[in-house]
Amino acid sequence: MDLELILRVYPFFLEAAWVTIELSVLTAILGLTCGALGAAARMSRMSLFRGIGAAYVSVFRGTPALIQIFILYFGGPQIGIQLDSFSAGTIALGVNIGAYMTETIRGAIISVDRGQTEAARTLGMSRWETMRKVVLPQAARMMIRPLGVNINALIKGTALVAPISVIELTYTAQRFIGSTYKPFEMFLLSGILYMAIIYVVGQGISWLDRRAQIT
Amino acid sequence: MTEYAFVTIKNAAKSYGALEVLKDINLTVQRGQIVAIIGPSGSGKSTLLRAINELDPLTSGEVWLEDVQINRKLPFRQYEAHVNQVRQDIGMVFQHFNLFPHLTVRGNITLAPRMLKGLTEAEADTLAEEQLAKVGLSEKIDEYPSRLSGGQKQRVAIARALAMKPKVMLFDEATSALDPELVEEVNLVMKQLAEEHMTMIIVTHEMDFAASVCDRVLFMDQGVVVEEGPPSVIFQNPKHERTQNFLRKHLNR
Repeated sequence: MDLELILRVYPFFLEAAWVTIELSVLTAILGLTCGALGAAARMSRMSLFRGIGAAYVSVFRGTPALIQIFILYFGGPQIGIQLDSFSAGTIALGVNIGAYMTETIRGAIISVDRGQTEAARTLGMSRWETMRKVVLPQAARMMIRPLGVNINALIKGTALVAPISVIELTYTAQRFIGSTYKPFEMFLLSGILYMAIIYVVGQGISWLDRRAQIT
Repeated sequence: MTEYAFVTIKNAAKSYGALEVLKDINLTVQRGQIVAIIGPSGSGKSTLLRAINELDPLTSGEVWLEDVQINRKLPFRQYEAHVNQVRQDIGMVFQHFNLFPHLTVRGNITLAPRMLKGLTEAEADTLAEEQLAKVGLSEKIDEYPSRLSGGQKQRVAIARALAMKPKVMLFDEATSALDPELVEEVNLVMKQLAEEHMTMIIVTHEMDFAASVCDRVLFMDQGVVVEEGPPSVIFQNPKHERTQNFLRKHLNR
């Protein structure tokens, strides 16, 4: 193993790790937004919205994220959508993980006992008041861990934007392999940095989950 | 002077597809009257109770609270506004308590009054204290439901329903999920309400309680009211064979 090489190139990898973190944070925010909207649509009273929600989930879970990225980045210009690689990658990954988060959020909401809704409605609370004050606070606690699993997947999934030349961890490894011919060291370095990011995020999610269960 | 009937059920019927769970039920519960509904499981007694506040709407027939029809057929938004309004007058207590686990006892009691009646925090607190005192649980005001026994949970659930100042209380097997030694404390609270002349409709398996507290007993089986009358008649001299068979199994004598 070429330690000297690693010491020479690691600052570039740290910079790339920041790009991966930025991608992850933006993707998570977009994914959570899409997930919340998707869950609301899937649970809507109106069949049109339920249909849209179901179609969203099946399309984006039913095709590879890589294809979704390629369609947006390479295919986009053909239909007048011109995006730089970072934006295209973030949007495609965010909408993709949003489909998974839709199901996570919906699952947590429907796992709240029906009796809770009945009790609130019986007191005269409206559907929305019941959702906001009774169901969502309970569902929120139950969705922290499964959303953590989604976030873990999305962080690793950011590697999929390497083929469209976003200079994040995977792309950076590939670039240095081109000039150094040391794939073992380069991919190892990327892998370690991914793991560090995931470890920190995982700790954060565990902490949130513990805090949510106290009361 | 004619007395208002607090709850009137006319020609109530309900079916799930081909399965008829309620068949042409008529019932009038007077102001301050306490009616027990007994019968085997699957007889439709809970369904009837849940039809009164539109938790399980009827297929046909009418439910009235005083001069307000509860199950009006309205466009969705108007219907929702209407049921949200009338439900404020109908308290309900469930077999499994259904306390909100993320709120304290105080939060459970004050949530709806604060949201729906616009009480200030201080007013709502006073209300919670009053209602808890009534069910004998003043010292539990800041506990979470998970720290209460089953009987205490049900008493808090009763206090929560009473905090909306309902005109009628519905009890859906309020003591069925309780350990035998905890049943009495809930029964005591219900007896106390009876003494205050609260209108109550009680679905129950507790024949002794029904006999000692209720003005009228309905025996239901297979979606119909087989027999009704004062507890002395229903429990001592039931006319129908189905009532006799049911009571033989449920009375320990």
